Amino acid sequence: MSELQLVQILSPEGELLTDPEYLLDISTEEIRALYRDLVMVRRFDVEATALQRQGELGLWAQSLGQEAAQVGSGRALIPGDYAFPTYREHGVAWAKGVPPEKLLGMYRGINHGGWDPRDNDFHLYTLVIGAQTLHATGYAMGIQRDKSNNAVIAYFGDGATSQGDVNEAFTYASVYHAPVVFFCQNNQWAISQPIESQTKVALYKRAAGFGFPGVRVDGNDVLAVLAVTRAALARARAGEGPTLIEAFTYRMGAHTTSDDPSRYRLAQELDEWKLKDPIARVKSYLTRNSLANEEFFAGIEKEAEAVASKLRSDIIDAEDPYVEAIFDYVYAEPHPILDAEKSAYINYLESFTEGEKK
Amino acid sequence: MITLGKAINMGLRRALTEDPKVLVMGEDVGKLGGVFRVTENLQSEFGEDRIIDTPLAESGILGTAIGLALRGYRPVCEIQFDGFVYPAFDQITSQLAKMHARSLGTLKLPVVVRIPYGGGIGAVEHHSESNETYFAHTAGLRVVTCSNPNDAYWMMQQAIQSDDPVIFFEPKRRYWDKAEVNEEAPSLGLHETRTVQEGNDLTLISYGPTVRTAIEVAAVCAKEGRSVEVMDLRTLSPLDLAPVFESAQKTGRVVILHEAPTFLGLGAEIASQITEECFYSLDAPVLRVGGFNVPYPPARLEEHYLPDLDRTLDAIDRAFAF
Repeated sequence: MSELQLVQILSPEGELLTDPEYLLDISTEEIRALYRDLVMVRRFDVEATALQRQGELGLWAQSLGQEAAQVGSGRALIPGDYAFPTYREHGVAWAKGVPPEKLLGMYRGINHGGWDPRDNDFHLYTLVIGAQTLHATGYAMGIQRDKSNNAVIAYFGDGATSQGDVNEAFTYASVYHAPVVFFCQNNQWAISQPIESQTKVALYKRAAGFGFPGVRVDGNDVLAVLAVTRAALARARAGEGPTLIEAFTYRMGAHTTSDDPSRYRLAQELDEWKLKDPIARVKSYLTRNSLANEEFFAGIEKEAEAVASKLRSDIIDAEDPYVEAIFDYVYAEPHPILDAEKSAYINYLESFTEGEKK
Repeated sequence: MITLGKAINMGLRRALTEDPKVLVMGEDVGKLGGVFRVTENLQSEFGEDRIIDTPLAESGILGTAIGLALRGYRPVCEIQFDGFVYPAFDQITSQLAKMHARSLGTLKLPVVVRIPYGGGIGAVEHHSESNETYFAHTAGLRVVTCSNPNDAYWMMQQAIQSDDPVIFFEPKRRYWDKAEVNEEAPSLGLHETRTVQEGNDLTLISYGPTVRTAIEVAAVCAKEGRSVEVMDLRTLSPLDLAPVFESAQKTGRVVILHEAPTFLGLGAEIASQITEECFYSLDAPVLRVGGFNVPYPPARLEEHYLPDLDRTLDAIDRAFAF
């Protein structure tokens, strides 16, 4: 699998390239806005990692290195387009307008997903690998039945392509022409397992076997990701069915804060990918073409610090859940057995309080 | 007189007519009308967009049903046979069951999963299982089963109207049982136990395919001078045990009959709860009659596996021996 097949619009050195198939109509102001997105996402992701190290979070899954894949695809969505993330799509959440502190709730142990997905058309994080690709496909089947102009994007990783659910989602989406974009971030590693242990062919080529197009894009090139995702979404909206996008990128951090990549991969690999950093190339482009000055970059840095600082105080100040929450949301309709269990436990807890009062 | 299978079909048709968001999906549910013909003629009436023939992948059926429900639809999924539900187990137990809780009540998944279950039809492997306990053990699901055509008709509609996911077990060897269906109004809510016939000496609890067995057992007992109260649980999660406790306190003797293996089966839970609630009223320990704790046997041995009239009478004799 040659990297030469990558769709690329912005080279790692920050040169604007022309891809004949994916022409991007984008203003300088929009590129500056994408740069801001990338910096904000990296900054709050770094802050969340620090919060975990300081004991404020039980776990964190870093998006470090995947900002362009997430921001580029997230910014391709229009209002009403629904995104189904894994547990690492912090950049997509940002693009969709989900407040960053909401993403940390589950990692702090406050909840299993602390935002209302309907507010931003951004589903809860899904931890069982690949399960959400079927939800995305079903949601897209609903859009079809509603005759709506929206589309769905399903996020998953390279490891997930080995899961049955992902392959079933490909099948369902294909036979029903469902308006869904399968966005695979191939970050080269599924915890300790390299991509070679998941597949013998380039992942984007899998789509051909299911009867829809697949494309490999430079996942560290925010402009190329934006262009490719927009095209796939347009195809979905036109009723032409799904597309598989393989965003070729790299997990620069660990799988999660519980992981130790030094046990299974070489530092040299990370050094090579640092040269393809998704943020540096945009900065380089803006600088070399005099499209942004030091003042602009300093302003972004300052804002990023403020975002990080707010994230820190928001999550540390976040209220712990109330005990009854264990019982309150299990069912939508009344459930006498849970009601009885809940009141028995609350009475039990209160029995201690009464004892203390005496 | 209408068969149980036809009654479910009628219940589905009425739900589809009354609510355009109701969908039916599964393998062979469209043109064929399902392998048991439960969805017969629905596709010709409601179209391919609402009666969806799916690819042959159970996790896909459930996973896409979840997505459709998130979009506001009310899918009724058919799993062709009990033993084929396991490929969809993650989607049911980790996704469908937990979505309402993990979304702090913001996302409702009104999905019904129809599972023809149980043995007695001389089938090959994986076509005769009673696996209701897996689902009753999973918080976030509701689990029900019908034993007669009238319940089948109404419970299907009530399950579709529920805003929670409902696993709907259909007693496949009773699909062809006939009885009257009252289309005017349901006699009970979805989560209510029915006292099928009253008695004073022993309470016989059952559900699904073995309710008919229980009624036959009670008739034999009556001839022997024993008055048996027969109860049809109907709802397996949540259980509705208040009428069971009342009955146990009256009779002092309880036998629970189901096809599923007795080890950690519904009978074990019910026996435990009866012991907790009715300890001083009991004249005998609560006894269970059920399937053995083995893989479902080949068809030529299933009569030994299935709890029948004689094995139930034997348990009743033992209950009276205390």
